[in-house]
Amino acid sequence: MTRSFKMLTFQAASIAAAGLLMSTVSVMTKAAPAPAPAAVQIGNFTFKNPVVTIKPGTTVTWTNGDDIPHTVVSKDGVFKSKVLDTGDRFSFTFAKAGQFGYFCSLHPHMTGTIVVKA
Amino acid sequence: MRDDMDGDRRGFLKCMAWAGTGALFAINGGVASSMGLDGAIAAPLKRTAAKPFTFVQLSDSHIGFNKPPNADARATFREAIAKVKALPVQPDFIIHTGDVSQLSRDDEFDDAEQMLKATALPIFYVPGEHDMLDPDGGKAFLNRFGKGSKGAGWYSFDHRGVHFVALVNVADLKPGGMGNLGDEQLAWLKADLAGRPSSTPIVVFAHIPLWTVYAEWGWGTDDAEQALKLLARFGSVTVLNGHIHQITQKVEGRIAFHTARSTAFPQPAPGTAPSPGPLKVPADQLHSMLGITDAMFIRGHDRIALIDSTLSV
Repeated sequence: MTRSFKMLTFQAASIAAAGLLMSTVSVMTKAAPAPAPAAVQIGNFTFKNPVVTIKPGTTVTWTNGDDIPHTVVSKDGVFKSKVLDTGDRFSFTFAKAGQFGYFCSLHPHMTGTIVVKA
Repeated sequence: MRDDMDGDRRGFLKCMAWAGTGALFAINGGVASSMGLDGAIAAPLKRTAAKPFTFVQLSDSHIGFNKPPNADARATFREAIAKVKALPVQPDFIIHTGDVSQLSRDDEFDDAEQMLKATALPIFYVPGEHDMLDPDGGKAFLNRFGKGSKGAGWYSFDHRGVHFVALVNVADLKPGGMGNLGDEQLAWLKADLAGRPSSTPIVVFAHIPLWTVYAEWGWGTDDAEQALKLLARFGSVTVLNGHIHQITQKVEGRIAFHTARSTAFPQPAPGTAPSPGPLKVPADQLHSMLGITDAMFIRGHDRIALIDSTLSV
């Protein structure tokens, strides 16, 4: 058990190291382009595109188009906006892959998910 | 003695008749009925144990709101307070059922507080979700309006034999859910009600309705059922809410539910618009859709009369 865990840890470390090397190389060869930003509009008390799939490193910007304030709050505490009044924006950059559910803490029936896939 | 009381009540109800279109909503011994004001004045009386008293419910003042249909929610709140001051029978106190402010800013809370202080009446508050928006998630409201309260701001008090319970259902809301009371508050409520005789008239007030008015818009409270079970044994329970900026009411068993108008802007009836956002009514209609609720209690009748009136002159 301990041994296999160590093996796994070693493998993970190797992969991570290789990944770091590769990314370092790619940075040296060409400026790594950040993925195109993504946007989520808030309107009519909904996140208008409730499921958005992006690549790691993508910045997502939420814009409140309602006359009523909203918030953007991760279900798992990963991110949390201040209150967004009409026209206010909140941005968050998703570095890691995963599914990130979120909601409006004022109107919790408003929910959305950001899916981050490599 | 009985005639005096009779005269008192008649005079009282007549004073309330200024409301004009106000509906009288009455409960008696668990049987609910509603009637026009004239009918109420003519209704047979039981002996009353104490003099009647009134209190006023204000709700959803949204101080700081400045968009269509209301460019100045401070001005309409001032009008609502002037309306209270002009009541022929002054209320014993005012309850504010939340969304005092638009964005929980200090200047918004301060203006609301100063305007209400001018009434020289005791004010009892519960927060709405708009009052929880400071960086500390409601501390600004609690520090100003929630002194002596428990948890997120709940408390109870007694007034002339009536037990008033202020509940908070806008704290720690859950993704995909509606309003939420939470286990800690429900345990407090159970202890608060324990040992009180079932004949004690109860008035419960909270921001979001304690029954599901419209789930699609989150107009309800997920764990309200547990609170209502604790209240079910009481002979007279009145639940007063805000949040939805329009009057709705229903009776279930011995519990009467009522929501008040906002003093800032109206919202659409459930499902009649793409969202519950402000109803953008023409300027000349706005005042007819804003208002206050006057509650009259007659001890011995176990009944509460709620009279809604608008800011229209």
